[in-house]
Amino acid sequence: MFSYTFFQQYWWFLISLLGGLLVFLLFVQGANSLIFTLGRSEEERALIVNSTGRKWEFTFTTLVTFGGAFFAAFPLFYSTSFGGAYWVWMLILASFVFQAVAYEFQSKAGNVLGRTAYRRLLVANGFLAPFLLGTAVATFFTGSDFTVSKDAMGAGEALVPVISSWGNAWHGLDALGNPWNIVLGMAVFFLSRVLGALYLINNIGDGELRPRMRRQVLTDAVAFLIFFLAFMGRLFTMDGYGVEDGTVMLVPSKYLHNLLDMPATLVLLAAGVVLVLIGIGRTLLRPAFVRGIWPAGTGTVLTVLALLLLAGYNDTAFYPSSTDLQSSLTLANSCSSEFTLRVMAWVSLFIPFVLAYIAYAWHAIDRKPLTREELADEEHKY
Amino acid sequence: MVTFLNILDPQLTDWSRAQFAMTACYHWLFVPLTLGLAVVMGVMETVYVRTRDDFWKRAAQFWQKLFGINFAIGVATGLILEFEFGTNWSNYSWFVGDIFGAPLAIEGIVAFFMESTFIAVMFFGWNKVGRGFHLASTWLTGVGATLSAWWILVANSWMQHPVGMAFNPETVRNEMMDFFAVAFAPEAVTKFCHTVTSGWMTGGVFAVGVGCWFLLRGRNRRLALASIRVGAATGVVAALLVIATGDRSGIDIARTQPMKLAAAEGLRQGGRQAPFSIVPGIEIPGMLSLLATHDIDGYVPGIDNLLDGYTAPDGTVRPSADERMERGRKALQAFRDFRAARKKDPAAAAVARQTLEENVADFGYGYIGSRDELVPPVWLVYWSFRVMVGAGSVLLVVLALLWWFERRGRLEKMRWLLHAGMWSVPAVYLAGQAGWIVAEVGRQPWAIQDLLPVTAAVSHLSVAAVQTTFFIFLVIFTLLLAAEVRIMTRAIRTCREE
Repeated sequence: MFSYTFFQQYWWFLISLLGGLLVFLLFVQGANSLIFTLGRSEEERALIVNSTGRKWEFTFTTLVTFGGAFFAAFPLFYSTSFGGAYWVWMLILASFVFQAVAYEFQSKAGNVLGRTAYRRLLVANGFLAPFLLGTAVATFFTGSDFTVSKDAMGAGEALVPVISSWGNAWHGLDALGNPWNIVLGMAVFFLSRVLGALYLINNIGDGELRPRMRRQVLTDAVAFLIFFLAFMGRLFTMDGYGVEDGTVMLVPSKYLHNLLDMPATLVLLAAGVVLVLIGIGRTLLRPAFVRGIWPAGTGTVLTVLALLLLAGYNDTAFYPSSTDLQSSLTLANSCSSEFTLRVMAWVSLFIPFVLAYIAYAWHAIDRKPLTREELADEEHKY
Repeated sequence: MVTFLNILDPQLTDWSRAQFAMTACYHWLFVPLTLGLAVVMGVMETVYVRTRDDFWKRAAQFWQKLFGINFAIGVATGLILEFEFGTNWSNYSWFVGDIFGAPLAIEGIVAFFMESTFIAVMFFGWNKVGRGFHLASTWLTGVGATLSAWWILVANSWMQHPVGMAFNPETVRNEMMDFFAVAFAPEAVTKFCHTVTSGWMTGGVFAVGVGCWFLLRGRNRRLALASIRVGAATGVVAALLVIATGDRSGIDIARTQPMKLAAAEGLRQGGRQAPFSIVPGIEIPGMLSLLATHDIDGYVPGIDNLLDGYTAPDGTVRPSADERMERGRKALQAFRDFRAARKKDPAAAAVARQTLEENVADFGYGYIGSRDELVPPVWLVYWSFRVMVGAGSVLLVVLALLWWFERRGRLEKMRWLLHAGMWSVPAVYLAGQAGWIVAEVGRQPWAIQDLLPVTAAVSHLSVAAVQTTFFIFLVIFTLLLAAEVRIMTRAIRTCREE
């Protein structure tokens, strides 16, 4: 039962779950992209910023942990993707740097750039991060232009002993050349805005803002569904990167086969999509309903989890190279040693405990929705 | 296989190093204050919960506000630092990722979530949770920060003294064999204690400096004196621990990284009763031997001894740099032979593997072109070491005086001491930065001691790409630092006790 393969799959499951949580938590970015759209007065904008400002660290920390887990469990991915798709990751990271300081700095005297500039940086992060993360994840299915040659380590001094190389000078920006990557990027972006608006509806108790937010949910939900369904249509008809006896090859309708070969992912995906639709639908139909973020958020986690499982399970190369098929990364050729995966599996037992205290602290802070009155009396506000 | 034939641009390594060093230096401007203020505000809030005196609550909140301003930018620079292992040191990330990735993942799971969860309770929970829960959250924020320091310093310490792993030519990487040897290596414990206590010292000095400034301006008297009392006590205890762990660290380095020690002393020719140089020309005979081996007759090799090879007094023979480079090339050749033969000719592969295993300890030397590359920039390491120790010692004296005269109630009349307290703030930052320069520049050319030089650890990028991101981050970090300093000074200047 507890074989090397088991631990590889176990860690891919955890990373997929972290990926799902990360996309859910991008509601912070989605809501921030709406600061100026929804917030018509300074007071309203402050409400939005202070509402997401109590959650941004979860998104940020999940991103860091997502990276750390990839490093520990699948170091060849960490090495190949981060070192290769350099510009995409650098753009994502730079936008998060600004986001991290923008909250704390925006309303303090002496902040050099002024409040509006910091809020624009939050908006920029709100656009860039979901879009680029979605685009990057799309390459898990569409492939990238890189080669991996472990023999290169034998090159002596003065030669390049680097095992992975990107095939072009765009270093990741080339992903934008494939329209399907952009389609998934847009889907994630609009999803984050839907989630952002749903979160704000739940978190801010304000009669003026809530109807405006509901209208926003509708607009973004339509855009999200168009892009999402387009990508799903493409995903389940395109060729995918299958592995047979260690050889990577293009397999017709690979991801559709994966879905049918693994009914559990089908159930996850269906349940996820239905929950997202329930969250959106009930919010739109019932003006008093403010809990849409919970079904939609849970649905997001399940949907992303299912999609990432489709990318890695069932003998599939999860980070394919479209230029050199045999350089593609699979769970087996990119993972850590069995020993490390086992040690880290013990560490992963902390995760339920961590989730429990997050839920407890979250509940303690959010017992009542944020209001204008509370914000006026708050000592620590952005 | 195109990459095989490319020539590595030496500038790529330099710019990759420059970017990482810059990120690390900026990161270390914020982290020690986070670690130190966590203690200062934790102590103050504890006093508040015990005495129910609202003054202590306001004092704790004042420091928490500064903590928050500083924390955000520490987090931001830390994000870049973590991902730069992948973006700029991708070869490194594969070659030792099996060992190095684990502490980073544990840091995320165990430490960062604790920090980010409880900092929200600390800032927004004053009117929402009970006093006890709030106090626990304040301390847990600090505990989370300290735990994260543990795991990242385990990772750093492992690069300086790799243990608990073996090279696997099949997968072309080092693989972990013993987790506890990695996670609880004595050198890691020393490094953690030395670094975290230096952070406490920074926080203590910062609180003292701000308190002294208030007194010099004749305002916020009670807050100032309370901050000086808590800050100086924290600082003095921390400074003593920094010295004790620094001493331990010296012994570790003498054993595991003798070249770093020789460079820090500018010692060309070593021997028994090696002298300690205070500044060029002024030496204390035998002192270096005493510090490095706890024995005045102890043998300390110099730079030339290490390059030429030497026989230690106990009879152990240390090979010369040329011999190690020879063995390194042999290891690399055996590695190539193994890779060529492993699928076609198992017997030849087994022979190659045997040769590789016999020489693997010097694997990294195979990438070294000339022995001069093995010597780190001596002047930088030498002077950084002096700045660190010099500033640290002066700070201990200043903190002790401040603590003493505050207890005696005579501090406010001693304006020179208040000035000294204020100027301690830049000094403690200088000492911290210098310490990391000793640790990181002193181990050049190694990304991982003896296993992988920085030239073989980089990502295959164009020099222009790394230059571009270097300047982008330089501008971003500098701008944000300027904003932080201005916001902090404003927040301090406008603080008025009711």
